[in-house]
Amino acid sequence: MKVSRVLSYTTRHLYLYRRSLPRLMEVFYWPLLDLLVWGFISVYLSTYKGSLPDFVTFFVGALILWDILFRCQQGISVSFLEDMWSRNLLNVFVSPMSPVEYVLSLLLISLFKLFLASTVMILVAMAMYSFNIFQFGVLLVPLVANLIVMGWAVGIITTGIILRYGQEAEVLAWGIAFLFQPVSAVFYPVSVLPPSIRTIARYVPSSHVFEGMRHVIATGTFPTKELVWAAGLNMVYLGAAVVFFYLNFKGVKKKGLLVKVGE
Amino acid sequence: MSIPQSWLRPILTMAERVVEVRGLTKVFNGFKAVDGISFEVMKGEILGILGPNGAGKTTTMHMLLGLTTPTAGDIRILGMDLRRNREEILSRVNFSSSYVSLPYSLTVRENLTVFSRLYGVRGRRKKIAELLDVFGIEEIKNEPTRRLSSGQITRVSLAKSLLNDPEVLFLDEPTASLDPDMADRTRKLLKRFNRERALSILYTSHNMQEMEEMCDRIIFLDRGRIVASGGPAEIMAEFSGATLEEVFLKIARKDGGAG
Ligand SMILES: Nc1ncnc2c1ncn2[C@@H]1O[C@H](COP(=O)(O)OP(=O)(O)OP(=O)(O)O)[C@@H](O)[C@H]1O
Ligand SMILES: [Mg+2]
Repeated sequence: MKVSRVLSYTTRHLYLYRRSLPRLMEVFYWPLLDLLVWGFISVYLSTYKGSLPDFVTFFVGALILWDILFRCQQGISVSFLEDMWSRNLLNVFVSPMSPVEYVLSLLLISLFKLFLASTVMILVAMAMYSFNIFQFGVLLVPLVANLIVMGWAVGIITTGIILRYGQEAEVLAWGIAFLFQPVSAVFYPVSVLPPSIRTIARYVPSSHVFEGMRHVIATGTFPTKELVWAAGLNMVYLGAAVVFFYLNFKGVKKKGLLVKVGE
Repeated sequence: MSIPQSWLRPILTMAERVVEVRGLTKVFNGFKAVDGISFEVMKGEILGILGPNGAGKTTTMHMLLGLTTPTAGDIRILGMDLRRNREEILSRVNFSSSYVSLPYSLTVRENLTVFSRLYGVRGRRKKIAELLDVFGIEEIKNEPTRRLSSGQITRVSLAKSLLNDPEVLFLDEPTASLDPDMADRTRKLLKRFNRERALSILYTSHNMQEMEEMCDRIIFLDRGRIVASGGPAEIMAEFSGATLEEVFLKIARKDGGAG
């Protein structure tokens, strides 16, 4: 493995974002619209004084955190699609870069996109709803790290599926994260879910992250149990994702489809 | 001693096999696309793979590049087993085809920069400037690839394939989208690289005249098997054809081909 190759392939995507305004806009477009809609809903709900929790923290905080997962998944899958669309995968895989290095470069670029999008969201949330995400303090680190890793796991699996099934599976790159949204209990506690879905949610790392977030808001204490659960599940899923991608890559080379991805 | 290097080189290098293929086979769902072929490419040699559509030329090339896993057979490149030394081998060879492209939004120079980094090329700027010049694409270096004609993309892709000073170059129909003038110039350029650097080339094309002109040796594939091999003149003599085209038609239309 060579770090220099991982970094050099990241520049391919950096060039892309420098060149393409629509792509750069896309990084900000959805998160900003989401933020505006949910932000105003929370402001409206807050006018009803009662025993309900602080809506702004609940919704806006949850939204910014949810976007981390989404960005990381999409950052990987969409960057892969870019290579597929421009029929560049052959050039990549006849170079000495290994599949692992290639995936690592996708992870790096997802962090870059995440950084751009989050910075803007955090600033807008501060300016418009005086919401400060940093109120979570150091707790933010494990929360964010778990969401990033889960986003990566989902993104790597998506990429593996697109590698195998080509353009027909493209839609996954845009939509798959939302499949996890209901069971992630982003905007409501897991306890409102029906028992069967609650069982599923227990095995979704992000549900523990958001439970953890609400735990802090409600009690001010560190949600150790939730975070340990999330981290444990994430390690298993990330490992499984890498194995899944590797097996797909191998299968695709066997079927002679690597050279036809995107056709 | 006063024997010129240019005399010695062929003697010193001719014996060196840069590509060795034994019993290479690829079966797709029970269909034998490549059927137990064996051949080698010597250092400084241009070997052409000739054959009708679907004969297995591209599949063979993709197996040599590790893009498609063979069903059976051995591949040694630069004296190393491809399965065990993929990274080392791929850093010393390269590939270009009219059928692959480069990231559309990036400019020609950005694309070459990315790939030169990927190959760890030393003296990147100089190398890129040199190749831009050699392929006559200096004036389009700041154009996004999307705006180029297919012939221009082909030339950029060829420039990419020479970034790492490869020892073996795999070219799948490299001139397919070039006009006659550009195709001729490209052939001369490749010949020059071949002579000056003892660059070995594995070459496919459907242009028979080109194959005659370019290749030191040719293997003729038909339905995954080698049905003839040798120098262009030898093959023409063996099949008593006046041109390679005549030979091609003879072989391709024999035993109920697509004729
Ligand atoms: N991934 C694949 N799955 C199934 N069959 C395949 C696959 N790739 C190639 N083939 C089949 O293998 C045979 C050889 O294909 P290949 O592309 O190697 O031919 P070729 O000699 O390069 O032809 P052309 O001159 O048209 O480029 C063809 O019959 C093709 O349909
Ligand atoms: Mg072909």
